[in-house]
Amino acid sequence: FNTEPSLYTVKAVLILDNDGDRLYAKYYDDTYPTVKEQKAFEKNIFNKTHRTDSEIALLEGLTVVYKSNIDLFFYVIGSSHENELMLMAVLNCLFDSLSQMLRKNVERRALLENMEGLFLAVDEIVDGGVILESDPQQVVHRVALRVSSSPLLSSPLRNIQQTLMLLVCQL
Amino acid sequence: MIKKFDKKDEESGSGSNPFQHLEKSAVLQEARIFNETPINPRRCLHILTKIIYLLNQGEHFGTTEATEAFFAMTRLFQSNDQTLRRMCYLTIKEMANISEDVIIVTSSLTKDMTGKEDVYRGPAIRALCRITDTTMLQAIERYMKQAIVDKVPSFILLVYCPMSHCWQSFLFICIQHMVKMSYDVVKRWVNEAQEAASSDNIMVQYHALGLLYHLRKNDRLAVTKMLNKFTKSGLKSPFAYCMLIRIASKLLDETEGGHDSPLFDFIESCLRNKNEMVVYEAASAIVHMPNCTARELAPAVSVLQLFCSSPKAALRYAAVRTLNKVAMKHPSAVTACNLDLENLITDSNRSIATLAITTLLKTGSESSVDRLMKQISSFVSEISDEFKVVVVQAISALCQKYPRKHSVMMNFLSNMLRDDGGFEYKRAIVDCIISIIEENPESKETGLAHLCEFIEDCEHTVLATKILHLLGKEGPRTPQPSKYIRFIFNRVVLESEAVRAAAVSALAKFGAQNDDLLPSVLVLMQRCMMDSDDEVRDRATFYMNVLQQKQKALNAAYIFNGLSVSIPGLEKSLHQYTLEPTEKPFDMKTVPLATTPITEQKTEIAPVATSKLPEKLAPSRQDIYQEQLAAIPDFQGLGPLFKSSEPVQLTEAETEYVVRCVKHTFARHMVFQFDCTNTLNDQLLQKVVVQMEPSESYEVIHHIPAPSLPYSQPGSCYTLVRLPDDDPTAGRNTMGCTMKYLVRDCDPNTGEPDDDGYDDEYVLEDLEVTVADHIQKVLKPNFGAAWEEVGDEFEKEETFALASVRTLDEAVGNIISFLGMQPCERSDKVPENKNSHVLFLAGVFRGGHDVLVRARLALADGVTMQVTVRSGEETVVDVILASVG
Repeated sequence: FNTEPSLYTVKAVLILDNDGDRLYAKYYDDTYPTVKEQKAFEKNIFNKTHRTDSEIALLEGLTVVYKSNIDLFFYVIGSSHENELMLMAVLNCLFDSLSQMLRKNVERRALLENMEGLFLAVDEIVDGGVILESDPQQVVHRVALRVSSSPLLSSPLRNIQQTLMLLVCQL
Repeated sequence: MIKKFDKKDEESGSGSNPFQHLEKSAVLQEARIFNETPINPRRCLHILTKIIYLLNQGEHFGTTEATEAFFAMTRLFQSNDQTLRRMCYLTIKEMANISEDVIIVTSSLTKDMTGKEDVYRGPAIRALCRITDTTMLQAIERYMKQAIVDKVPSFILLVYCPMSHCWQSFLFICIQHMVKMSYDVVKRWVNEAQEAASSDNIMVQYHALGLLYHLRKNDRLAVTKMLNKFTKSGLKSPFAYCMLIRIASKLLDETEGGHDSPLFDFIESCLRNKNEMVVYEAASAIVHMPNCTARELAPAVSVLQLFCSSPKAALRYAAVRTLNKVAMKHPSAVTACNLDLENLITDSNRSIATLAITTLLKTGSESSVDRLMKQISSFVSEISDEFKVVVVQAISALCQKYPRKHSVMMNFLSNMLRDDGGFEYKRAIVDCIISIIEENPESKETGLAHLCEFIEDCEHTVLATKILHLLGKEGPRTPQPSKYIRFIFNRVVLESEAVRAAAVSALAKFGAQNDDLLPSVLVLMQRCMMDSDDEVRDRATFYMNVLQQKQKALNAAYIFNGLSVSIPGLEKSLHQYTLEPTEKPFDMKTVPLATTPITEQKTEIAPVATSKLPEKLAPSRQDIYQEQLAAIPDFQGLGPLFKSSEPVQLTEAETEYVVRCVKHTFARHMVFQFDCTNTLNDQLLQKVVVQMEPSESYEVIHHIPAPSLPYSQPGSCYTLVRLPDDDPTAGRNTMGCTMKYLVRDCDPNTGEPDDDGYDDEYVLEDLEVTVADHIQKVLKPNFGAAWEEVGDEFEKEETFALASVRTLDEAVGNIISFLGMQPCERSDKVPENKNSHVLFLAGVFRGGHDVLVRARLALADGVTMQVTVRSGEETVVDVILASVG
């Protein structure tokens, strides 16, 4: 148990859609060196978790914490000796940051339209396996600095458009 | 698949996934607009996003195309769009390994890193770290040194600025290449880090602590100081607290600090922290400490108990998983949580439920076993393999605790064996069934039947061969051996080479043991001799010929009981033999025996988190001694080393000189190796010899002194003794030992000795040679066959009364340790409530003579023992009987 205390906490961050396909995957060490092994691992993880909403599991000797929302599955993976609550802190931070950035619209389409936001957010939360930030406010603050010139500006517009369309449909 | 997506997208009433049909070549084509002036930030941003998305999907980029795109991207640094710039940093990080000449962006990054824009600094440095390797370090070192020497405000800012806490990863690289940096600079970094550790920003605090530890981990004193400082001043960040707890528990472990140390108090005080993460880390650290008493565990267990009823699944999981670990060592400490655990067995998270049940199985009473087993079987198919292994482990432990429950367990295990599962899982089950069979003779037939059914459809060669071996060993001795033949022969017909070969060996054992089956086994063997694989044919031919002789001795030597020599030893001897061509045939008796006989005990079931380390074949202790002794010219010609004893202390622990002795036995000699340590710092000992005074039959031939014994440096001297050839009392001897040496006083500080010395001597405790020193343990898997093989030519029998012994268990233990022989057929386990028992022991006497002992024990007042000894050599039998008497 007494491994060298180290800052390297997270082994991988994954986001899969509800078919188990990869939307985002970042591996921070060599546990799964090739794309083939990574995809196999993702498949296994998805099969074991997508039916139950139970937050945490032990798979292939790794601790996996996860969360699902509509058609998205978020995973944070660490060693089985890692403090589960630390991994949970990363998962919650990722989810809450995205939730704020996407105005609570955490679903596949909204995420795909804001991939650069996701890339930057994950980069602010974990770098090379080291937890950089666990406060979603800070993450959003840093990522959203660029709102002025980015497509995100148009998202309120798009939201209004969607709401209108929904209203039309209901009518 | 694509259709499905389209359909879904139609339903949601909007365009399809913008990244769904991305073509790498098209994206790279698009990347050409990076070269247009003026730069269109929005379009470029979109293209960069696509590139990163493709990389993220695992798309392969060739070096040339990656380099091309990378170079085009560098032009985007001209734009001042913030998001675009940050995406450039990301692209650099993603492409650092696939593109060539990424060094090109170094100057752009260093500019951003020292520039005015706050938002750029952190990401720029992190990107810089990623592209830096040893060859480039010199290039950026200039910037770093410059930054430090100039005390560039922004650089210092960088260290403190909460926005750019990434200085630490930058530092990591610098430290790794410290050779190129002067020590002063590194020291300055430490100071910066130390100040940063008191920073208000909680993440900076965490990283600073991690870095400080990384810098100082080889300096225990510095780590202690650091811990003292931070445990007193307190930290804000829960992450930093966790780090601190880990460092503290590691230090406690390394220094073997007692649990009254301030570090332990600190960890315990963290149990009262506000943050659950810290509380859990502290509890887990306490639980994992070796040799914790139940009282020390109690506070940790009680916080874990609280966590068990948390609404957060992760916290419940963490708590019950840790409690499960506690239950392995201290089941009583967890009994207080039984009620909380009971509530968890219906938890919707199956991992939590499984852990709760297996913990209860460890702590609960026999009466609750049935109920818990029923509960597990209701959802065993839903849990992951890792947890199934946990369940099997718990069952295996239960079987040892409550042997009477074996029929329930066996049933459960056989059901699990039929389910799907990976190799680790199946292996755990098979190991567990095998151990039940060995512990409970009455479960043997059901167990074997389950295993037979399993190998009918088993994809794991290792398990199939293991089970076939077991069938060969146990099957012939069951009431109905014939029913296993079909299962075994099916394997010969259907399986891969390795399994077929194992099946042939198993068949041979049936033929050798059961005369009425022999004709049919021979027919089957004949068929195996036409197999397409060499190994299978060889084995079949060999067994066929042995079996046709119909001789018990041959069967015993070649079919039941295999080689007992050490494999590296055999390899070495054979190599030696091929180097020196002689007329003489190779003599198996010159090969050293395996020091640790293949035990019949069940193998440890692998822990949950299976490590993937390959097993190393380390040379055994005896092989090391063998080489050391062979290097001394006086011991040439003694033959192979037969056995080395455990070290015996010949002095008290805290005396001037510490001496321990290792007894090395050869065919006709013994070498006593005295490891001496001088604990006086004002003396130098020279020409150290241990004089031995054995009783008549032993003859001291030679002393080899240790030339010099300076303070606290151990040295060895040897004494060679010839053993009598045919003296029945040779088994035991007690020898007085005296250490003789020349003392030269010396200066305790410099170690400089005086010119003159004087002779002195030091009386050591007596050294005993026992019969166990002459015998090497050897396991005979089939004792009966070996008994017949040796024959009754030199059989002798005697009866003894062991007045002082009260139980059969005690008698068995005494006999085994006295004779130093290997118990066979699990006869070292005395069944409960029996008044008589038969113990079978096997071994090899020095010189390579097999010795077998059968001891019938009867319990009346005290224990009466009838010992029967068989061996190929009469003296050996006499020696053993004489020593028992």
